[in-house]
Amino acid sequence: MDILRRIMGYVARYKWKAITAMLFLVLLISLNLITPYLTKILVDDVIRGGKRNLLVPILTAIFGFAACRGLLSYFRSFLFESVSQKCLYDLRNDMYTHLQGLSFAFYDDNRIGELMSRMTGDLEGIRMFVVGGLSILLENAIYFTGTTIMLFSLNAELALITLAILPFIAWVAVKFNKTIRPAYSEIREQQANLNTAAQENIAGVRVVRAFAREDYEIEKFEKENRLNQEKNKNASFIWARYFPLIEFLSGFCAVALIGYGGWMVAIEKITLGTVVAFNGYLWMLIMPVRMLGWIVNIIGHAITSGKRVFDILDTGSSIKEKSNSYFSDEYRGDVVFDNVSFSYKENSILFNININAPAGKTIGIMGPTGSGKTSIINLIGRLYDVSSGRVLVDGVDVRDWKLSALRSQIGIVMQDTFLFSDTVEGNILYGNPDASREDVIRAAKIAEAHDFIMEMPQGYDTIVGERGVGLSGGQKQRIAIARAIIKNPRILIMDDCTSAVDMETEYEIQQALKKIMKGRTTFIIAHRVSSVKDADEILFLDNGRIVERGTHEELLALKGRYYELYMQQYKDLDEFRSKRQVI
Amino acid sequence: MLRQRITDDEALEKPFNKEQFKRLMSYMKPYKKQLLITLVLMIVAAVCGLLGPLILQLAIDKYMFKEKLAGLLLITLAYLGVNLISMLCVRTRVRIMVVVGQEVLFRLRQDLFNHIQKLSFTFYDSRPAGKILVRIINDVNSLSDLLTNGIINVVTDVFTLIVALAFMFSIHFRLALITLTTVPLMVLVIFMLKRTIRVRWQTVRKKVSNMNAYLHESLAGMRVTQVFVREPETREVYRQLSSDIYSTWMNAIKVNNLFWPSIELIAAIGTVLIYWFGLQFLDQGTVTVGVLVAFTGYVWRFWQPLNNLCNFYNSLLVAMASTERIFELLDVRPDITDGENAVEMPPIKGEVRFDNVTFYYEPEKPVLENVSFTVRPGETIALVGPTGAGKTTIVNLISRFYDVVDGRVLIDGVDIRDVSLNSLRKQMGVMLQDPFIFSGTVMDNIRYGKLDATDEEVMEAARVVYAHEFIKDMEDGYYTEVQERGSRLSQGQKQLISFARALLADPKILILDEATSSIDTRTEILIQSGLRELLKGRTSFVIAHRLSTIRNADRIMVIDHGRIMECGSHDELIKKKGIYYNLYRAQYRYLMAI
Repeated sequence: MDILRRIMGYVARYKWKAITAMLFLVLLISLNLITPYLTKILVDDVIRGGKRNLLVPILTAIFGFAACRGLLSYFRSFLFESVSQKCLYDLRNDMYTHLQGLSFAFYDDNRIGELMSRMTGDLEGIRMFVVGGLSILLENAIYFTGTTIMLFSLNAELALITLAILPFIAWVAVKFNKTIRPAYSEIREQQANLNTAAQENIAGVRVVRAFAREDYEIEKFEKENRLNQEKNKNASFIWARYFPLIEFLSGFCAVALIGYGGWMVAIEKITLGTVVAFNGYLWMLIMPVRMLGWIVNIIGHAITSGKRVFDILDTGSSIKEKSNSYFSDEYRGDVVFDNVSFSYKENSILFNININAPAGKTIGIMGPTGSGKTSIINLIGRLYDVSSGRVLVDGVDVRDWKLSALRSQIGIVMQDTFLFSDTVEGNILYGNPDASREDVIRAAKIAEAHDFIMEMPQGYDTIVGERGVGLSGGQKQRIAIARAIIKNPRILIMDDCTSAVDMETEYEIQQALKKIMKGRTTFIIAHRVSSVKDADEILFLDNGRIVERGTHEELLALKGRYYELYMQQYKDLDEFRSKRQVI
Repeated sequence: MLRQRITDDEALEKPFNKEQFKRLMSYMKPYKKQLLITLVLMIVAAVCGLLGPLILQLAIDKYMFKEKLAGLLLITLAYLGVNLISMLCVRTRVRIMVVVGQEVLFRLRQDLFNHIQKLSFTFYDSRPAGKILVRIINDVNSLSDLLTNGIINVVTDVFTLIVALAFMFSIHFRLALITLTTVPLMVLVIFMLKRTIRVRWQTVRKKVSNMNAYLHESLAGMRVTQVFVREPETREVYRQLSSDIYSTWMNAIKVNNLFWPSIELIAAIGTVLIYWFGLQFLDQGTVTVGVLVAFTGYVWRFWQPLNNLCNFYNSLLVAMASTERIFELLDVRPDITDGENAVEMPPIKGEVRFDNVTFYYEPEKPVLENVSFTVRPGETIALVGPTGAGKTTIVNLISRFYDVVDGRVLIDGVDIRDVSLNSLRKQMGVMLQDPFIFSGTVMDNIRYGKLDATDEEVMEAARVVYAHEFIKDMEDGYYTEVQERGSRLSQGQKQLISFARALLADPKILILDEATSSIDTRTEILIQSGLRELLKGRTSFVIAHRLSTIRNADRIMVIDHGRIMECGSHDELIKKKGIYYNLYRAQYRYLMAI
């Protein structure tokens, strides 16, 4: 009930529209209730009773009523639609804004497909309730009581006989909806499975072909396809079992009316007009009963959908901004890790990390896969919160910073490069929407991306991303670097973002970066010694601990893990050098 | 500055095309018997429906008198019977047609899927994955209504109209004519209004799919948005898209809601006309009260079939657009297929020879020109060269992912176009730079390399590439579910898994295309020492940026501008002081500048 109340809270914002719509509805129903009565007068008094002078007024009334009904029902549904669309609009925006505020941890746990279904299917469930459920519930309740009163006042005996079957119709209708609902949701689930099977086959086509797994893929898809067929058949069979039965039972009322009503007319207990009027009212009564199942369904649906939607709206971000958070006009870019430990989902990731990176310094981070490199840099922009210790930027704990101020100072190039379906220029401008075309080109040149961009069909106006031109890993990485550069950040973080770029290009990028990052702080995660060797301090991580730290020379002199790595990568350097000296 | 680029050039409707409709109908051919039975059932049901007002009329005129009570009972029972028959007909029809319709959809979808398995990379390169997916899922779905209900309904609706007319004219000719005067009006309203309604709802659907596309992307890129603090701008775009939906929706509602009141009004005119003229006929004694009541019932029975016909027309247009797309896809000829006399590739020893190979996508931009080389069984070849030089193309040609334009690619002296694709690729292991992880468990992902591998074999492969350690530390070890392109794995971990997958396949020729770029050096070197044992006697091709990876190769080929510029062992090439030497030196340049 709480959920419905919350949904109604959205409706209440447009209460005057809703109230007007309800008023129209009540008027409309009253007109509808009178119409069959007019027919009764027509049959009994005008046709049979011979009061021909009443013909014109009655016919005019029938027509006039129909016209009024048309107008009323038009505006009623227009208003209801408007209210429901407004609510939907509000809810959608609330959801979107809220999703934007949720932390990385939330996105680690929630699949995009799942979030999409909440933003589409579940919001649709709520809309259905607002537009249909509410007005139809009201409409049918009034119809039901109104018609029942009319029928009983016309003739109680006939009313009792013809309506005897109603509870049974209601029972079947409710049962029908209860059975078919899970069947429909099974179809939806299976469609999602089918979708995944096809989508992965297409996206992974290179793997499928490389392993010659076409037959296996066909078999896999056929299984899902067959299940999809079964689920669809199943739902239709349920429909076939119940729906014609409901039709039949509704028709039974009319049969009872002809039989029993006809008998009553024959023994002159009632007039023929009463039977005709009954016939008119009967359908007004049967409809609400048949709708009962639908209404129960809509409400049930709204409750489950509402729960899923509000669950997200009620999810607090694990990253909370303090009330009087810190921001300033001038930022330096000093970064300090003060005894930082970090664990995530009961796994300890980092232990007692201490780093001091005053503005202008470059920190290189190395270490095997899973040693915690990315976690360190994620803590700087407060993408996650530390478990203990402090991360300070410009001497202020990042938890005291205004988030947007903090993150505006940081340019991150992430390991998994994500580009939007936009032009190359649009993607680079994402880092700084106010930048000019010249700035874009300058950033692209620094990132060594300009040349290949110019070779693309429309240059900077080429559309890339999921729905655009396919780029190689190295090309994506370079555009992502340009995107971070154009932001002109005080702190630049590069998370293994040149892995797909050849060494020479990487070298060029680094030389160019060195110039623009003067006086700013840079963090570089890399696997190649060449990427980090110029850093002011190199941290070698293993299992969440800094096992070695120092400059390139210091670490070489240490002859530890870093040295080992260096030797593996450059074992013939010395040999090469000596050769060069010979040359 | 935030924009959204959605190119939705797919037509929503297409005019009726006889050829394609016929082709679609050919899928229905095996079910002629079922279609015929359904048709009969529907016609029976339609007659039953039309009998309703007739029975009411009979009851009023003939049996609602004291002396005819037995008749009244009889006619009541008859009415009950008619309802019962109608119910059974509808039920049976649905049960038959759903089986037929779903079977056709199943077939169509499976045909599409099977077909795209035969298409080469050229096809996938040329269109976004989403568009292919839409054909298999949505376009087939959109035929559902036409196949299960549409065609049968149209026949029965026409029949209903004819029978209703026949009934009315046989009862009272002039009253029937008068009743019919409202029908042209009804037709006009239904067809005119429905057209506008249809067009406006299409606009709504487009806007909705725009918004959903944007939503999907902004959820996928949420991390980027947050990191770049672009929330306000994206929110504004979303709000705009969302408000577009509101306005187009209300725009559609404006006409949509006219429909029902118009029909009601026309029906009211019909009723008034029937009573007005009917009363005169009544006075003349040519009609009875029952006939009048029955006729008002018939007025209502006209709009339903008319409406159905109109809906059928609309869904036909939509179905034609889908049909065209489906058949267009089915008609794409696979350009890489088994030759007519393709034989099984015998077990590969590992000699790979390029004989004057030329390759291009567009003639004016050659990718490879007259490339010739021979690789001895068991050799490890490193391909070096700038981005776009043609390294990946060379390895793609070996697996016959593309066909050469000129020249030949021979494995063990056999032109690879003369053997079956399946037998060729089954003996090769290819690892790509961008590893693809299927949703499912880690175990399933590795096992993809050899479907009948035991758990032990899978783990063994994982051990060789040093993936075992991190896999067993995951929450469910090898049975951990990796979702949506393996989003919970780091790039390096994905590469390790796909490495294990390639190894498990026990390939005779191994191709590594920048396959270890995100794996740390220590692990990579460990892997290499493990691999050396494993790859003894197998030919392998390696594309890599890291020198440590390259220098261990037996021979290094330097590729530039689609040609092999140099070829030889590391030491030879260094001595030669050519391009490789310079490349090599360049890589050390700033390291030496310490």
